Amino acid sequence: MSALPWLHPDRVALLEKGLRERILIIDGGMGTMLQGHQLDETAFRGERFVDGHDSAHAHAHDHPGSCDLKGNNDLLTLTTPDIIRGVHEAYLEAGADLVETNTFNSTRISQADYHLEHLAYELNLEGARLARAACDKYEAKTPDKPRFVIGVLGPTSRTASLSPDVNDPGFRNVTFEELVTNYTESTAGLVDGGADIIMVETIFDTLNAKAALFAVSEMFRERGARLPVMISGTITDRSGRTLSGQTAEAFYYSVQHARPISVGLNCALGAADLRPHVQVLANTATCFVSTHPNAGLPNAFGEYDETPEQMAAVIGGFARDGLLNMVGGCCGTTPAHIKAIAEAVRGVTPRALPVEAQEAA
Amino acid sequence: MMPRYTRLSGLEPLVITPDLLFVNVGERTNVTGSAQFRKLIKEERYEEAVDVARQQVASGAQIIDVNMDEGLIDSEAAMTRFLNLIAAEPDIARVPVMVDSSKWTVIEAGLRCLQGKGIVNSISMKEGEELFLEHARKVQQYGAAVVVMAFDEQGQADTCERKVEICSRAFELLTRELDFAPEDIIFDPNIFAIATGIEEHNNYAVDFIEATREIKRRFPYSHVSGGVSNVSFSFRGNNLVREAIHSVFLYHAIKAGMDMGIVNAGALMIYDDLPEELRERVEDVVLNRRSDATERLLEIADNYKAKKGEVVVENLAWRDKPVRERLSHALVHGIDQYVVEDTELARQESTRPLDVIEGPLMDGMNVVGDLFGAGKMFLPQVVKSARVMKKAVAHLIPFIEEEKARTGDAGKSNGKIIMATVKGDVHDIGKNIVGVVLRCNNFDVVDLGVMVPTQKILETAIAENADIIGLSGLITPSLEEMSQVAREMQRQNFQIPLMIGGATTSRAHTALKIEPHYKSPTVWVKDASRAVGVAQSLVSKELVDNFIAKVKAEYAEVRERHKTRGSGKPLVSLEKARGQRFTCDWAAYEPPQPKQPGVTVFNDYDLAELRDYIDWSPFFNAWELAGRYPAILTDEVVGKQATELFKDAQAMLDKLIAEKWLTASGVIGFWPAHSVGDDIALLPLPLREEAGERGQDSPQSASKPVAVLHHLRQQVDKPVERPDFCLSDFIAPKSAGKQDWIGGFAGTAGIGIDEHVARFEAAHDDYSSILLKALADRLAEAFAERMHERVRREFWGYAADESLDNASLIDEKYKGIRPAPGYPACPDHTEKGTLFALLGATEKVGIELTDSFAMFPTAAVSGWYFSHPDSQYFVVGRLPREQVDDYAKRKGWTREQAERWLAPNRDYAPD
Repeated sequence: MSALPWLHPDRVALLEKGLRERILIIDGGMGTMLQGHQLDETAFRGERFVDGHDSAHAHAHDHPGSCDLKGNNDLLTLTTPDIIRGVHEAYLEAGADLVETNTFNSTRISQADYHLEHLAYELNLEGARLARAACDKYEAKTPDKPRFVIGVLGPTSRTASLSPDVNDPGFRNVTFEELVTNYTESTAGLVDGGADIIMVETIFDTLNAKAALFAVSEMFRERGARLPVMISGTITDRSGRTLSGQTAEAFYYSVQHARPISVGLNCALGAADLRPHVQVLANTATCFVSTHPNAGLPNAFGEYDETPEQMAAVIGGFARDGLLNMVGGCCGTTPAHIKAIAEAVRGVTPRALPVEAQEAA
Repeated sequence: MMPRYTRLSGLEPLVITPDLLFVNVGERTNVTGSAQFRKLIKEERYEEAVDVARQQVASGAQIIDVNMDEGLIDSEAAMTRFLNLIAAEPDIARVPVMVDSSKWTVIEAGLRCLQGKGIVNSISMKEGEELFLEHARKVQQYGAAVVVMAFDEQGQADTCERKVEICSRAFELLTRELDFAPEDIIFDPNIFAIATGIEEHNNYAVDFIEATREIKRRFPYSHVSGGVSNVSFSFRGNNLVREAIHSVFLYHAIKAGMDMGIVNAGALMIYDDLPEELRERVEDVVLNRRSDATERLLEIADNYKAKKGEVVVENLAWRDKPVRERLSHALVHGIDQYVVEDTELARQESTRPLDVIEGPLMDGMNVVGDLFGAGKMFLPQVVKSARVMKKAVAHLIPFIEEEKARTGDAGKSNGKIIMATVKGDVHDIGKNIVGVVLRCNNFDVVDLGVMVPTQKILETAIAENADIIGLSGLITPSLEEMSQVAREMQRQNFQIPLMIGGATTSRAHTALKIEPHYKSPTVWVKDASRAVGVAQSLVSKELVDNFIAKVKAEYAEVRERHKTRGSGKPLVSLEKARGQRFTCDWAAYEPPQPKQPGVTVFNDYDLAELRDYIDWSPFFNAWELAGRYPAILTDEVVGKQATELFKDAQAMLDKLIAEKWLTASGVIGFWPAHSVGDDIALLPLPLREEAGERGQDSPQSASKPVAVLHHLRQQVDKPVERPDFCLSDFIAPKSAGKQDWIGGFAGTAGIGIDEHVARFEAAHDDYSSILLKALADRLAEAFAERMHERVRREFWGYAADESLDNASLIDEKYKGIRPAPGYPACPDHTEKGTLFALLGATEKVGIELTDSFAMFPTAAVSGWYFSHPDSQYFVVGRLPREQVDDYAKRKGWTREQAERWLAPNRDYAPD
């Protein structure tokens, strides 16, 4: 499988060079930044969705009617692209090397909540383009510091290995095949929009991720070339397991076949609570290791209040102990967090890949 | 180094390390193999079917095989339903699943339900290469390992030759066409029924065993598995004989390298326990040792036939033995039927109830530990033993409590101890015994079980306000894990004492690798009998300070002893040392060009030829007889013993050569090279003329290195005329513009030794066993000597007319050297990884490297060849941080990694 050539070999060479030289910085949360804009339903709808559905869609007349679109953050890629691009640029300004596309929910399954299934490809395509434009702008300013677009594939709102029905543990509300179809469409958008990397992230259920990775590998095979793949799981609570019950090590073995450029953990916990699990990956993984934790655990109001300084201090410890190759932030993090993290890890030697039997002639 | 192990997962990881010996795949969730399970599925009684899986895991299955191939079942739907159901049961879903079907659509349906990394059973080339590869690729995309059946377009392989041929072809296809990971390939070379009365079937078991040996030799990272019950099919109806056949078959197949199997392992008999007569006749059949083997087994088979409802006579003989032995027997065989009455009897015979635990029960468990270590017992049997132990202890607890109440020391706990087998390790018998003993001595024990992550241990310790943490582990990687726990305890500012125990732990390891990382007391506990004393000392206000001071002093001394004792002379700077490198007039030097560049393999090298190259002096030293050969034979003090030993050695050599006990195989190679500072860059081989192309005129010009060897330099303060050596000095630098070369070799004389060592040990003949090991080591060294001689004379050929006798060879009177990674001139063991990769030493010769770069078989040698006439051996010696940092940079390591691997040479204590 890995025999396929890279789709953008020179970008990969730059990425790998960067990873060998230093700890690369991923951007921070999107949601927190959008909250700051206090967007209302009208803003979410923009012109195209003014009636609560897609006026540009040929089958608009089939639409059941108006639907509230507020909260569909991915839709802002189409309705207020300047705001999304602004967030990307704020993170690049703060020192991010890698920017995640605003496509966390851009799958058919997730968009179905807004009756906007048909937008899946377009949201990914435009999401990748926006991030691409932001990265290209900053890369032009400082050509010695390449910036990379991470095309994000989120977990969807369903789980393939857990039953939503407590009375029937064998029941599933989504199948592997449905997930593959969903992810295939989304991946195509990300690749066409110019993503440098595909990242399957916030993995609650490893079977969903395996479907995503299956779709991605099929897409690469069809196109005869591949992009680097990042994989990032989520340890949901202090039990130290994913929502679907795996330990970090079991999780890694379950996705290792995709030969990712990195494996890591994000979301759900703050950096301090993630540490033992990141340590496991750092000890086990033959690829690079990433993490983008939340700004602590949510407080009683569901807000994250770990300050940039607090978070950076913990992350700095990760880095000095040789656990990291890439680091960023998830929920509750802001450009200030990313800037502080970037400063905390600057000059720290990245985690070395484990010694493997070297390939030789 | 990240070792190449098969890494599977359910909710939890399953890493197939050599420590596991044999992986049991639970066979009873299989509709083709279990009538009971088939009935449950057919009647859609899924809840009960799930219980079958649960019971399999509980009794020790490390993987569960799920098969729904039955004409009247919708196999795809049943597979999906069942896998979805067990996914919801954490006590089942923790192990990986083997999706078993002869229909690809069923396999795919199964793969779509597995979040972990499971195994596909199976694919084959039955319908040609194209379909085989298509399925294999899908398996890869779904993220699973795969069982490959020895089945091709012509049919199922029955002979050894065909099995090996098909498996090799499959391996080639998988690795070449798909880059399939070798460790994700499991071969099933077909186990067929023997003793069927048809002559052609007689050799089937031998064919499987020999094919297994060859397959494992060729593909050491892959596995060999099979459905064991097939082999005894002709004895159906006589379960005792069947189990005996399984036991004998497995004993030999596992020795040959079979490391996985679909078995009802809990029901297996122990090889050593088979009645002599039965074992011999079964062995005749399995190994096809005589033409009338089947008849002879049939003759006696009925004597061993268990009648319904009746216990076999032999099984009860042990009941007549003394109670001590009965307890031991019950533990080893996992029989809990009589354990309570026996324990009670033992208690009545003892002064104190605790004596029963510390005496006969612990003795019995030690036997279990030994048998397991020797591969004669399997995990499920060990689990059963633990169960018997628990029952016995449970019976004793009330008496112990009563005694405590009577003697008045009841009530107040001595202290609270958190105990855990560390992450990655499942062995807990020792820990459980320690727990029992501690409880019996008034300690409050919180046992977290096995595979416990660091964080859980630490969180529990805080929550429980524990006084001590106790860590246990049996396999070697647990040592590093314990060290990690200690570091983490320090990082989180723990203050409570840490106790370390388990078979592979040691005072030295604790002193060197664990205690330094944790500021509070860290104590190694040798065995269960010491645990109480240690724990009491640690919690006692009066004793603790003295005790800790003593332990600390002891560990400091151990560390001191392990430190290389430097002369104390100051080292010079790396810059100065490099300035004072060895050099020569490179312009006038013509590096010799090898006659046979690239890699050459010597398979099955003639041991008789090697015999003449043996250097005998180290052989006598191994037996602690000091002196040089041959003078030692007439030495005043040890002469007589030495002569006797030498005579025995010669007799054994005669025999081992004549009967081919050992096989020697080796590989050598030469590559164009130039030195770059202290590194040596290896360049691609020039294209050969026989390939139809001309070699480039200047092969060095634009070639990228195929490998870079890293070497270390002396930093000794020497007079200017004496260089500070580094091995790279003996290779022409790039700037010299000369085509220089470097060579490498690896060889072993230890292939096949295990069987004979086992034979001697079984006969309690330690002398012969040690003698054989010592001779194998000597033969390996002799092999290195002989290969080097032929390298100088033939393969590199720079000393074509060299003619030296053995004494001169031993005195190294030839040109060139062969330093070995890990030895004084190049002390970094990890370079062996590069050497082995260049030579393909593991694939071609079967020498494996462990995580810590030790060679296996142990009778093995490897190293580099340098041809420069002035090349010489030297000792790198002590290294200051400056060079350690420089080396880390060159190796792409962190400082910590470099400090770890170069620890023996480090001239300073790391931060």
